[in-house]
Amino acid sequence: MAQVHFSAGLRELTGGAAQIEVDASTVRGLIKALDEMFPGIAARLSEASSVAIDGEIFTDAEYESVSENAEVHFLDIFQGG
Amino acid sequence: MAITEENPGYKWVGTRPIRPDGVEKVTGKARFGADLTLPGMLFGKVVRSPHAHARIVSIDTSAAESMEGVKAVITGADFPDLAANGAHPSEIDVANNAIARDKVLYEGHVVAAVAAITREQAEAAAKAVAVTYEALPHVLTVDEAMADDAPLLHEAMITKGVDPAPEEPSNIASKILHERGDLDQGFGEADEVVEREFTTKPVHQGYIEPHAAVADANSDGRAHIWCSSQGHFQMRAYTATVLGVSPGTLKVTAAEIGGGFGGKTVIYLEPLAVRLSQRAGRPVKLVMDRDEVFRATGPTSGTRIKVKMGVSKDGKITAAEVWMAYEAGAYAGSPVGAAGMTAIACYDIPNFVVEGYDVVCNKPRVAAYRAPGAPMAAFAVESVLDELARTIEMDPIDIRLTNAAVEGTQASYGPKFPRIGFVETLEAIKEHPNYTAELGPNQGRGVAAGFWFNAGMMSSATVHVNENGTATVVTGSPDIGGSRQSMALMAAEELGIPYESIKPIVADTETVGFNDVTGGSRVTLATGAAVVDACRLIVEDLRGRAAKTWDVEVDQVEWVDGQAQHVDGSQPPLSLNDLAAKSGRTGGPISANASLNSRGVGAGFSTQLCDVEVDPETGVTRVVRYLSAQDAGRAISPDYVEGQMQGGVVQGIGWALNEEYIHDTEGVMENPSFLDYRMPVASDLPMIDCAIVEVPNPAHPYGVRGVGEVGIVPPMAAVGNAIRDAVDVRMTELPMSPIKVLEALNENDG
Amino acid sequence: MPRTHITTVINGDETEFLTEDSTSLLNALRDEVGLTGAKEGCGTGDCGACSILVDDRVNCSCLMFAPEADGTAIVTVEGLADSGELHPLQQCFLEGAALQCGICTPGFLMAAKALLDKNPDPTETEIRYALAGNLCRCTGYDKIIRAVQEAAREMRGQ
Repeated sequence: MAQVHFSAGLRELTGGAAQIEVDASTVRGLIKALDEMFPGIAARLSEASSVAIDGEIFTDAEYESVSENAEVHFLDIFQGG
Repeated sequence: MAITEENPGYKWVGTRPIRPDGVEKVTGKARFGADLTLPGMLFGKVVRSPHAHARIVSIDTSAAESMEGVKAVITGADFPDLAANGAHPSEIDVANNAIARDKVLYEGHVVAAVAAITREQAEAAAKAVAVTYEALPHVLTVDEAMADDAPLLHEAMITKGVDPAPEEPSNIASKILHERGDLDQGFGEADEVVEREFTTKPVHQGYIEPHAAVADANSDGRAHIWCSSQGHFQMRAYTATVLGVSPGTLKVTAAEIGGGFGGKTVIYLEPLAVRLSQRAGRPVKLVMDRDEVFRATGPTSGTRIKVKMGVSKDGKITAAEVWMAYEAGAYAGSPVGAAGMTAIACYDIPNFVVEGYDVVCNKPRVAAYRAPGAPMAAFAVESVLDELARTIEMDPIDIRLTNAAVEGTQASYGPKFPRIGFVETLEAIKEHPNYTAELGPNQGRGVAAGFWFNAGMMSSATVHVNENGTATVVTGSPDIGGSRQSMALMAAEELGIPYESIKPIVADTETVGFNDVTGGSRVTLATGAAVVDACRLIVEDLRGRAAKTWDVEVDQVEWVDGQAQHVDGSQPPLSLNDLAAKSGRTGGPISANASLNSRGVGAGFSTQLCDVEVDPETGVTRVVRYLSAQDAGRAISPDYVEGQMQGGVVQGIGWALNEEYIHDTEGVMENPSFLDYRMPVASDLPMIDCAIVEVPNPAHPYGVRGVGEVGIVPPMAAVGNAIRDAVDVRMTELPMSPIKVLEALNENDG
Repeated sequence: MPRTHITTVINGDETEFLTEDSTSLLNALRDEVGLTGAKEGCGTGDCGACSILVDDRVNCSCLMFAPEADGTAIVTVEGLADSGELHPLQQCFLEGAALQCGICTPGFLMAAKALLDKNPDPTETEIRYALAGNLCRCTGYDKIIRAVQEAAREMRGQ
């Protein structure tokens, strides 16, 4: 089960939960599973976040694979200069 | 130079040859944004709002249109209404910032543009465009904009990130929040607590080249744009959005770019130039004056930031509470999100709350500026940390070492850090002679640290091998500070041929695959990785050609030092030159493309040491010695790594001591010139000493992390901490100008 | 509008052009003569990117009216190299990586040439003050100062 973490700003979407275990093999599957738990969260996550999988940050993570016990963080988007 | 991991003995990577585009740039041949002239080209001029906030009642262009030499006049009505077309809100903001429709939201906001045969005719026509405004009340700072009865910039703006969503609109676009642990418990465990409040002013990126664009539109709907930007693919996309056309109808050629620092990742002139060219049927050049650059482009946010931190006697930070509000300017999108993620990211802190607000106000829309959002937060946090170190009488490096994030630390913004080099930058400072150099009267020493993510994103590269065994490396990343050199060095290393045999070029949007902007410190990392991938495809191809030539299996062929060698030495080696000359026999031209969405971004850290001398009579602060230690991962091109470090530091010194936007009560900028917006000059500064730390990024073929941005994060706090050390005053407002330092000194005496 | 006929020597060649009286020398050089090496960074004499030599003195060409050039001898960055051989300042800027974006480089080269023509052995402080009218936002000046020091050494034959 992947350990999915939400920044405090995203927890309004999860009923306050900071960490949720999700069974998924890709980020897409993971977001789909989350959307079933918290309807509407998928749109917000795909629009407003980068994803860190085991410490590595991805800007377009949808098809990235998620290993067993991976640590996944949804992060606010930021811009470089 | 501090090297923390063994240099693997590269032949080209890490050397200091002359940059490939250097001769053009020292002989005046390099073509920057304003340097292009086309046959029949017209000069354009933009009409800008004199009001900070006003409704546009009417625009009468008839007088301008009838003037001698005038060929086109355009207003917001000449562009599609994206809101009516259901576009994304961020696209609507881009369009409305390029040219106002119903309201102007800052002084300098574009309302119209003209094109005429001569510069003088265009300027006269711009003055003749008659705009009737209904002035509205305005807000200039986060305090004014967040007040309960503040006039609204956007009547429908509901704060995002608040649960439940507010029912009433406000100027607060969004709230961000990061928290961990138990704040009360953390402060309860502290032996000392320090709380301070800080303000910073908007500052401009200050690139010396004003924005410039030439557009040549054809009657078939296609157009060619030459412009100076940090990403011509991005300019194509934004321009297409504003014009309501397919990006494929636009070709954008990247002029040489005269500095950007984030400020040239956005569009201003390009869609106006295209529309004027379409209306006039002739090419049009638009170039900003410096005062337009100040009034309508950049800057980065002014801020208010409160920081409270607690520390145990042995120097462990037990809790941190950070509140911050960042000016976004006219449209949502200040870098407060990144500020929230970076503010305390250098440290492993068990209990914290970081809360931030993105606040619109009647100033130009902020644009990215080198590690956007991080420097202001670092000024506040690193100043408070300095106070804490003084309170418990701990060395400023040691308190940072005690709390430093290392591999495996759960970063304040979420994930665990992979291998990072923060500790190594702290140690590099401590080992440097500057750390123990003697200080004179009224001199003081300050330390500060900074973190920046760096970025990956999308890049493409093509490598062609020429018939004589030289190679052309084609990318689409504008070279803003020497990246052609780093591309050529990596290609030389991969192909095993001399650096001088490689010609790196920046191609237009129709000649190479997509490249994201030159920003986020990403080009050497991501575009470099694409170049490496393309070179490796070339090498695979060359091995196959050698195998064909020798009639052996390809696994019998190795590529060593720029030549194919048989593993048992049974064949005379074939050089790249040999293989290229006979490429027709082995399959035709030798060429490869690589495109990627970069993985494995490596975080950057910088620690800096500043010595100042403060004149107690005048309050003037002079930087007398400066050292920057930064983890580059791997310095592909050390000359230009140092250049990024030194440049970032000096921008930071300007931000610390002099630079600020000054507005009058009507919201009109009072200092839109380099005379009154005082950036550092050579006589203000000492040499900027550099310690390049190399803790390779394990996810990049050469260990690159990216070096462009993090260097600007620590300087404001480093200077402030040095002033504190020199004359015993804690400066909490930027810039720390002579008058403010003098006031603080007088308060101390009083 | 009547235009004024100007005769100058630019980079060693007698050059004539027509200009309106209100046109800056910088715009005349760029638009009429076709020499775009001098850059406009501010148009108000604050950044030095338009620096040229007029009768051996360094000037902001954005602050001169084009007619003022009549009868003068002008050197722009395009005239700094001698028959294709780079001036020691140009060579030292390249070797010392004294440019990043390169927009300020023509102005720095001309201001530095004016300094070294008068003072072949300047101190670091003298170099910093001689170049204080030229803004660079990329380099922090460090490598520019070092390049001028190195060029001075070479020009003195050391």
